[in-house]
Amino acid sequence: MSEQAVHDWIRKTVANSDVVLFMKGTQNFPQCGFSAQVAQILGHLGVTYKDVNVLEDMGIREGIKTFSNWPTIPQLYIKGEFVGGCDIIREMFQEGELQQLLDEKGVSHGKATLTA
Amino acid sequence: MSVEASIREKLVEALHPTRLDVVNESHLHAGHRGSPGTGESHFRVLVVSSAFAGKSRVDRHRMVNDALAAELKGKVHALAIKAYAPGEAIG
Repeated sequence: MSEQAVHDWIRKTVANSDVVLFMKGTQNFPQCGFSAQVAQILGHLGVTYKDVNVLEDMGIREGIKTFSNWPTIPQLYIKGEFVGGCDIIREMFQEGELQQLLDEKGVSHGKATLTA
Repeated sequence: MSVEASIREKLVEALHPTRLDVVNESHLHAGHRGSPGTGESHFRVLVVSSAFAGKSRVDRHRMVNDALAAELKGKVHALAIKAYAPGEAIG
């Protein structure tokens, strides 16, 4: 796939699911500590999400970096919008901001907003 | 120049930090799958800079990533970032 085709695929993917995590490995079997941390946070919050394993496709692994203008994996999208990588997601979770963002975007999650 | 020294130099130049911690954590990842074993692959930075004032988390991280674009394309495999404006609580 050309970079353009990869970007089109990514655009469609983040539009078709409320929450998409581009990660190394899968949500049940993360293959990188940073991806595992984000998967764990989403699991803890009871968020249903689509995982894209970038290790399975070199085009997506590189294409997601240029698409998001973000050089590292994992990358989390909520309602088509780039939210951040591992450090940002962890900080937002700890501050209660991730739960707030999910609520604002109308994404259902299993857990009530936790206080930090 | 070591990767750690070049990270330090580029962040000082780009962001004029009032506090800058650069920690090489590569030894913690030695032997992991995908770890290049160079001893200069995994870093953690804490940057306090007035350049971050009023900026979102994503913008702050992009400023750090942009300053270190060459390193991230090269030897640096993982970069953990904490970015604060002066006066913000450091977590």
